[in-house]
Amino acid sequence: MGNPGTRVQVTVGLSSCGIAAGAAAVMRAFEREFAERGVDARLKRTGCIGMCYREPIVDVEVPGLPRQTYGGVTADQVGRIVEEHIEGGKPVDEWVVRAEGRELPDEAYYSSQVRLVLRNAGVIDPESIDEYIETGGYKALERATTEMTPEAVIQEIKDAGLRGRGGAGFPSGVKWELARRQPGNEKYVIVNADEGDPGAFMDRSILEGDPHAVLEGLAIAAYAIGATEGYFYVRAEYPLAVKRLELAIADAHERGFLGDDLFGTGTSLHVQVKEGAGAFVCGEETALIASIEGERGMPRLRPPYPAAKGLWGKPTNINNVETYANVPWIIMNGAAAYAAYGTDTSKGTKVYALAGKITRGGLVEVPMGMTIREVVNDVGGGVPGEHEFKAVQLGGPSGGCLPAELIDTPVDYESLTKTGAIMGSGGMVVMDDTTCMVDIARFFLKFTQDESCGKCTFCRIGTKRMLEILERICAGEGREGDVERLEELGKSIVTSSLCGLGQSAPNPVLTTILYFRDEYDAHIKEKRCPAHACRPLLTYGIDPENCTGCALCVKVCPVGAISGDRKEVHVIDQDVCTKCDACRQVCRFDAVTVR
Amino acid sequence: MERVAVRDEGTDDHVEVVDEVAREYAGRRGALIPLLQKVQSRIGYLSIDAMERIAERAGVPAAQVFGVATFYSQFRLAPVGRHIVKVCHGTACHVQGALAITEAITNELGVEGEGTTADGEFTIESVACLGCCSLAPVIMVDEDTFGRLTPDEARKIVKNYGD
Ligand SMILES: Cc1cc2nc3c(=O)[nH]c(=O)nc-3n(C[C@H](O)[C@H](O)[C@H](O)COP(=O)(O)O)c2cc1C
Ligand code: FES
Repeated sequence: MGNPGTRVQVTVGLSSCGIAAGAAAVMRAFEREFAERGVDARLKRTGCIGMCYREPIVDVEVPGLPRQTYGGVTADQVGRIVEEHIEGGKPVDEWVVRAEGRELPDEAYYSSQVRLVLRNAGVIDPESIDEYIETGGYKALERATTEMTPEAVIQEIKDAGLRGRGGAGFPSGVKWELARRQPGNEKYVIVNADEGDPGAFMDRSILEGDPHAVLEGLAIAAYAIGATEGYFYVRAEYPLAVKRLELAIADAHERGFLGDDLFGTGTSLHVQVKEGAGAFVCGEETALIASIEGERGMPRLRPPYPAAKGLWGKPTNINNVETYANVPWIIMNGAAAYAAYGTDTSKGTKVYALAGKITRGGLVEVPMGMTIREVVNDVGGGVPGEHEFKAVQLGGPSGGCLPAELIDTPVDYESLTKTGAIMGSGGMVVMDDTTCMVDIARFFLKFTQDESCGKCTFCRIGTKRMLEILERICAGEGREGDVERLEELGKSIVTSSLCGLGQSAPNPVLTTILYFRDEYDAHIKEKRCPAHACRPLLTYGIDPENCTGCALCVKVCPVGAISGDRKEVHVIDQDVCTKCDACRQVCRFDAVTVR
Repeated sequence: MERVAVRDEGTDDHVEVVDEVAREYAGRRGALIPLLQKVQSRIGYLSIDAMERIAERAGVPAAQVFGVATFYSQFRLAPVGRHIVKVCHGTACHVQGALAITEAITNELGVEGEGTTADGEFTIESVACLGCCSLAPVIMVDEDTFGRLTPDEARKIVKNYGD
């Protein structure tokens, strides 16, 4: 988008991650500069632009000039941007990361993306319903309620091939139909915004960047099903998302997009936000419903499915944030246009949160069926530095780790399930040669063990036994037969747990055993951690050849384990050393060795 | 995580807080969790006095209130420090060295692992993902989030809050 207007526009990305990187201070600096210099400019807030690795991000549009995006902006840089670019008409090229008409490296981040769900994120002000309406917002709801029957809406969603983005990939149109067919007038729609996968932030970014899109999708679903009440169940750690959502609901209500008699059709919908209270299992739909009802979030046996007997025992449709965000686009552009993206069985696009050992970490949206290589390397720029790509973790605690050999696997529901991982909700954590796969398995098991609600014996006690074994292996006390015991326990937990938490908890362990058996063997047989991550298996030393006696390590050692006078070779007291790695990180002469 | 409730001195006024908050939620279905959240945000934690009063107001056994409070990790059963430091131990932060961040902070504040410092200034908690994973490792002090940290930076940030 160029700037056809006559007024300078400066847009600052103010999502949680932007703010964490200092965007609020940058915003204030622009306000100050504009006031002091008397610059007439529109200073605008937007949500997550996606390039989290460049936060804080500022877009500058000066009439008559190509639009420029600055990355990694600090408050100190603002003065120069205003003076040289906005007043002087000359962009500060060295800070620009993206510019219209110029081919900069960051362009690769965008060139293969297709932004349907993220169409407005990082573009509009998420706190302005007018900006959403200007982009065609709420037209889909109007079309659905005034021009389409509920059955036609459901058919459109089915034809589009939309499948649930919360992990399991169930066809959304079919689910809506099940709820529609239930007798009774009291029905509910719920948005699952619990986003429990630790390492994923798609839903947060969508809610912070374009809350009305999710709200509109929810309203369309409510119309299709015949529900009159809706709930957002949002993770406790997402205060900004809650704030923007509540504002969006109030504004939509005021404009008549929510409430009674929408568009004069007699349809009504009232929506409220429920904040989660910190329990991973509450992302599971029946536990989530129990939690909204004010109880402990314990999963219930299915069937009956929520479509038949959900919230307060009434028919309920529950979908993920991203699933709903697709809906307005499908209604406006048609099922065929949507189904043109993706593969035979996985249609449309998917949003991924790229994090971990990756050069360009952030939020990306690509057509289904792209390979992991394309997402990680082409879009994400691969692993930074000298390091080697080792694995990518998909699907969080319910998912698995895929090794480098499988990097050409397409990301669609079926292909991923075949590898032992799952699509999950879209978190992708990239790992390199410094990541220990046994430690990662232990990490996830610790998580699920903590989060198991305790209802099923195998999930409650089985995960505990698995964790004990993994902790032992990481501590250098692994025994012959441990891997087999893990496999046996894992398989029993999968088959004897009631809900998806237990059924998938062993996945991270089983996939790492399958693809990284050599690392387990190194820990158990040789008492060695190849990635140098499991501390009890490491010994820190100082190479007398390289040590110059600069005493830098002596200073940073938090436990005083290093001794030696200046200009003399230092020594590490093994009894005191906690293997925190601080000395190796500060040493400028490569003198600290790790075995 | 195991949590034990303690009967503190001087928590009588918690009953008043509960009464005030409970009026807001009167007659609403499924209000127990929001009620606990609101009470905790006012008092900082859930004391036994507060939970018993909530049970009375909601007309449910105290055991049910206690059961819900202990199920969710957000609820605290003991008073907290003036500042709350949440260290993210989600997947991305774990891979990017969250352990060293926790160590730097606990070292700086002179506590063992999680918990509250002796002077009542800080409570250190570990959380599973603050949703800023591409800025890992991440911490949150009160309402502010900080990313792309080194252990040394984390130490300095926390220190600044102490003064
Ligand atoms: C342990 C567990 C955690 C889950 N967490 C989430 C979550 O955080 N977000 C989500 O949308 N779905 C989650 N799900 C899946 C939900 O149960 C449900 O399938 C989903 O919300 C349906 O929406 P969809 O069809 O749009 O994907 C979880 C499932 C399990 C078993
Ligand atoms: S893993 Fe730490 S913010 Fe997500």
